[in-house]
Amino acid sequence: MESQEEKPIIYTMENKPIVTCAGDQGLFTSLYTPLAQQLPREPMEWRRTYGRAPKMIHLEANFVQFKEELLPKEGNKALLTFPFLHIYWTDCCDTEAYKGSVKEDMMRWQNSLRAHGSADWVIVVVETNDAKKKNKTNILPRSSIVDKIRNDFCNKQNDRCVVLSDPLKDSSRSQESWSSFLLKLRTLLLMSFTKNLGRFEDDMRTLREKRTQPGWSFCEYFMVQEELAFVFEMLQQFEDALVQYDELDALFTQYVLNFGAGDGANWLGSFCAPVRSWSGLLLRRPIDMEKRDGIQHGEASLLDLRSYLFSRQCTLLIFLQRPWEVTQRALELLHNCVQELHLLEVSVLEGALDCWVFLSCLEVLHRIEGCCDQAQLAANCSHTVGLWAYATDKLKSLGELCGLVSDKGPTSEDLNRTVDLLAGLGDERPETANSLQSPYKKLKEALSSVEAFERHYLELSHAAMEMYRAIGRLRSARLVGKSLAEFYMRKGDPERAEAFLQEALKSYVSEGWSLPVTHTRKQIAECQKLLGRTEDYLQTSALLAGDVNLSSEERKHFCQEILTFASKSTDKSQKVILSMGAFAQLTRLQFHPATASVHSGADLQVELSLQSLMPVSVCVQQLAASIHFSLEHGGTHGRSKGTQKQTNIGTVDFSQGNLSACPLSSSAAGPSLELDEIQDRSPSDNSLNSTGMVCKNTHLVMRRHDSSSSPDTPNCVSPPTVALDDGAHMLKVQDITLEPGSNSVVFTAPSGDPGTYTLRQLCATVGQVQFVLPHIYPLVQYEVYSQEPLLTVEPLSEPLLAGLPQMVKFTLLTGHYTVKKGDALQLSNTETMPIMPSTSCTASIRNTAADLVGESLLSIQSSEKVTSISLPPTPPYHTLEFQLEVLCIIPSGSDRPANERLTNGEVRHRPRSYSHPDTPMTAIDQRMSIDCPWSIYSTLLALTFYIPFKTKHSLLSAGNRKYIQVCVQNVSDVNFQLVDVKLTEKQHASLELHSLNTKAQQLVCSKQSVFCLWEVRWKADLPSCLQCVFSANFSPLNQDISAFKPFHYHFQLERVTTLYSVQAEILPAAGEQHCRSGALCGLEVCITRLTEPGENEMGEESKADSDGLKTTKLMYEVADSSSNWAVCGKSSGMVSMPMLANATHKVQIEVMPLFAGHLPFPKIKVLKYLPHTAAPAIQPDPDSCVENDSLSLLDKTLDDQGDTASIRSRGSVHSVGSGEQQQRGLAMPRLEPFSPGQVFNHSHARQVLVLPATDDHIMEVNAT
Amino acid sequence: MAVCIAVIAKENYPLYIRSVPTQNELKFHYTVHTSLDVVEEKISAVGKAMADQRELYLGLLYPTEDYKVYGYVTNSKVKFVIVVDSSNTSLRDNEIRSMFRKLHNSFTDVMCNPFYNPGDPIQSKAFDGIVSGMMVQPS
Repeated sequence: MESQEEKPIIYTMENKPIVTCAGDQGLFTSLYTPLAQQLPREPMEWRRTYGRAPKMIHLEANFVQFKEELLPKEGNKALLTFPFLHIYWTDCCDTEAYKGSVKEDMMRWQNSLRAHGSADWVIVVVETNDAKKKNKTNILPRSSIVDKIRNDFCNKQNDRCVVLSDPLKDSSRSQESWSSFLLKLRTLLLMSFTKNLGRFEDDMRTLREKRTQPGWSFCEYFMVQEELAFVFEMLQQFEDALVQYDELDALFTQYVLNFGAGDGANWLGSFCAPVRSWSGLLLRRPIDMEKRDGIQHGEASLLDLRSYLFSRQCTLLIFLQRPWEVTQRALELLHNCVQELHLLEVSVLEGALDCWVFLSCLEVLHRIEGCCDQAQLAANCSHTVGLWAYATDKLKSLGELCGLVSDKGPTSEDLNRTVDLLAGLGDERPETANSLQSPYKKLKEALSSVEAFERHYLELSHAAMEMYRAIGRLRSARLVGKSLAEFYMRKGDPERAEAFLQEALKSYVSEGWSLPVTHTRKQIAECQKLLGRTEDYLQTSALLAGDVNLSSEERKHFCQEILTFASKSTDKSQKVILSMGAFAQLTRLQFHPATASVHSGADLQVELSLQSLMPVSVCVQQLAASIHFSLEHGGTHGRSKGTQKQTNIGTVDFSQGNLSACPLSSSAAGPSLELDEIQDRSPSDNSLNSTGMVCKNTHLVMRRHDSSSSPDTPNCVSPPTVALDDGAHMLKVQDITLEPGSNSVVFTAPSGDPGTYTLRQLCATVGQVQFVLPHIYPLVQYEVYSQEPLLTVEPLSEPLLAGLPQMVKFTLLTGHYTVKKGDALQLSNTETMPIMPSTSCTASIRNTAADLVGESLLSIQSSEKVTSISLPPTPPYHTLEFQLEVLCIIPSGSDRPANERLTNGEVRHRPRSYSHPDTPMTAIDQRMSIDCPWSIYSTLLALTFYIPFKTKHSLLSAGNRKYIQVCVQNVSDVNFQLVDVKLTEKQHASLELHSLNTKAQQLVCSKQSVFCLWEVRWKADLPSCLQCVFSANFSPLNQDISAFKPFHYHFQLERVTTLYSVQAEILPAAGEQHCRSGALCGLEVCITRLTEPGENEMGEESKADSDGLKTTKLMYEVADSSSNWAVCGKSSGMVSMPMLANATHKVQIEVMPLFAGHLPFPKIKVLKYLPHTAAPAIQPDPDSCVENDSLSLLDKTLDDQGDTASIRSRGSVHSVGSGEQQQRGLAMPRLEPFSPGQVFNHSHARQVLVLPATDDHIMEVNAT
Repeated sequence: MAVCIAVIAKENYPLYIRSVPTQNELKFHYTVHTSLDVVEEKISAVGKAMADQRELYLGLLYPTEDYKVYGYVTNSKVKFVIVVDSSNTSLRDNEIRSMFRKLHNSFTDVMCNPFYNPGDPIQSKAFDGIVSGMMVQPS
């Protein structure tokens, strides 16, 4: 103990483990230099106890001469002065000498070691060749000395005796010897460390376990563990050394916490003493002996202990090249100390801790700056900036405490406080006395005067801010800036303060932090008021007045500020223009009527919903909305229509973030796309030219977003200067009171000129102040249109049926035209569609909202050409409706009168019937021409009527008798009644048409047909051509007789007379009763001429035969389409018929029935054969269908009865390929069919019984 | 127990912020807002390292003399900030973590509410209750 007190070996950097040397001092001295050099050259692996990781360690040693006093006494815990190894040096090679003196000396050395319980020793025997040579004669083998020593001392520990050969020679043997010696030395040293440190640690742990016992002192324990730390440090094991301090730190912290929890230890009392010194950390010395002594003697305060601990940790961390951990730990330490003092309820002079923290921060920063270069420092701002900011903070609070911030300067009380604080700093440390920038000097200077304080404070603030900016911590930088602004405000420099505040506000607004926004804005308001920036101040006041974060008193105050200014009657006509966003919000706009589209001159009201944000009701002298007017044109018409469709009709809701709680995500995410449909219509006929999509708010969407403040947000930092546009059109309301909350204001919108009116701005005037909403968004428009009168006619019911009176509706949209008394519509009459006179025809007048306004009777006057409808007086933009009954007369056939001119000179358009794709009914378009009073041009309107019937006729013959059948098919959806069905012939009076119809009245249901039949009777001659008229009266079912309307059907029948009769007979084979299938039968065809030839027939198709008799050539053909018959032999042939009545021609043909049963007769066709000579002269009747059916006969040899089989085959070939023209041009012979009535087939549809062929099949039936 | 708990949207505006000594509300707003600096720093630092296996808990954001500020960020970049009084030394890291986990669960419930519009301030009573349970009880 004494020795330690005499010379405290504490400068650990220079310390090395102590190794004592006994024995031959001269020998050791000669070997000291190479030994000291070579020992640390190679590392050794140090295996640790308690599972700690092994370490490579470079060993060094402090070789001292062995003295008994060096050996530690019992109970001495000092480790630094502990000799870890004892070496005995000898170069004795003489047995005698060994026995005489050396052995004894060794014994003594060993005994003293043993007395102190030290087992860490080694005996080094140095051999030199010189010695060998010198004692060449009388020496024992050298090994014997070593053996002796080993025998004597190294009881089973042969490694405790080392031989070092020729240490001063430069030979390989000496090298080898050295290295093995050093290895041994190192091993032994490490063993000693392990053993002794292990023992020490065990003791230390035991001591620590006693900490709950009364009387245990932390300070004592501190010293013990620190000893261990010193040793580790001595061994360059800084990591381990740091662990020791960290353990001490944690232990102490735990005690403080326990104290806080009520579990106080006695020894803590010394740390609870009032703090008298706050001189800050001292990091320039490796060990602060002053403080260490204080701890050792239990006199240290908490701050002293913490300071000392941290300075040691700091030293070790810097050894470990971890300066950034120092800064981090420093900040933790400072915070912790403040908390601990608070927890231990240590009384501290106000401001003293601030001083301590400030000094400490700067000290740490200086220390770090001392061991790093500038580039490193700049790169690691993030680690130091916290300390800078903390120091800034502390200096500020010191300044406030000492009255250095106010513009008046410190009071005497402040000065006293300053003096007290400075006293606690003590004297400057000698280490920093020469430095100009020491923390001590800085603090002293800063506290000395207002100016110096300001300089230092600004320097620190700006440094902290720049660092924050450099590492991207903008919010922190702004917070420092805000604090700086508060300082400037105190100093009465609002101008500088405002800049910082605005920047901070911008960030809060953009990120939607309402409470900081309110607070900062309040500060800004103060600045602006001081600066006299009225407009800005009023704007900020407006924002504050509407800020729900403030109390209602504050809001009222700011509101009053505005109202006071507004009511000031200044001579200056200039008004202050403020953004409306802060004052009131436009929440909704409604149009009445909702379509927002009125005709010119009509009433249009606009209702605004304004959300007043002011805390009190405000009188607004004028609320005006300026309007932009644009002339309507085709393109915009479609667009505005699109807008109306998209939005809720007539109502525009303005979505704006609530002013108070404003997480304006929209401002971050950008405005949503506003898409609109545009249609470009052609101006002439309103047909669609093109259509597309437009984005209406590209200017908002495409805007750069990096400028964080969007001026549209109500929280804008500095509201944009709003330009009042002074449009010619304004919506105005005078003198209204806006209550807090929702208000409804109704404007009457101007609707003079047709066009599109866009609401642009809203402006509320309160005295000298105008609140302006610069843009109303989304776009609000209304339309004023001017419309041409429009007359439409449409059927009352679809479809319109021709032939029956039908109601049509006339609709007149008056547009801008006023129908005056006496105005009339002039309808040109057409006989195909007369207008039915009706007595009571009422016109109804409706307004745009489709409400009935009036009704009046129409007077209709018909003259020959014109029907005049006089209209009742109707105001503009009304609808006049009336109904008229019209009848479309069904066109009845082929008679086509010549074109007539209408009254207006136009060519009458004949109603033309055509088949409509949608209905089976034939449609007729009926045009109407109407002269209207508002136009010099006639209005042409078309109505489509449908004919409800389809009519067909056919001629039926029975021998010479003739019948006419008419089929009336009802194709409409209505059921009709037919009466008075008649058929008349126009030209032949002698002709009698005998009706075979039994019913006078016939029902024709929808989609059904009615057949009517007449027999034709004649007296002299049957005319070959008949002009028939079918007529009937019809009416829809269940209507009275007056409703019957006539229906006519004209048709013509030609070649009515029967010329030939064909009679066929099938004769069974000879000897058979009946025909049998498979057996040939005879078919006898008998063609008989029935009438004398007519004149035209003579000329046309006959030629004189050689005998002078006129004959006609006929071709017959037997064809069986149903394959019942096989025609054997020729199936067709030519006959020459004399043109005489009753001339007969018989043809025999063999046919074979193929089946049994009642078989229909094979079909027999008779055709006219026109020889080639006749052909060019005679053009075939266009109505006949000769060309299609005729066979071309190419072979001239076929004049007579040729091979018809070949004719047919050729004909079929040519009928496909050859055209008719060619046929005619070549004057080919042709075949021409007869008209349906001209040939009468008696055997048509006759049947003959055919028996099966003789059954020659045997059927076997086997029964088993 | 916490003195202030805040939920901050991805766009850095507060969805929910509550603090216990109400007279200090403003200060907590400033503190939480400033802590976003560190949150962003940590997110970007972690984001570079490993994007998928991100630890949601960000640890101590920064200590001040009076408070400790802890951060947590969900996968959708919603940030939770818990401010604890520095004098409250009994709180361990694990407890803070479990507080965040509880907060996150409750926040998930809020988001699952079909009537909640994501991005709106949180007004859920259930969430409020969870937060209250984690706050220092005003005595």
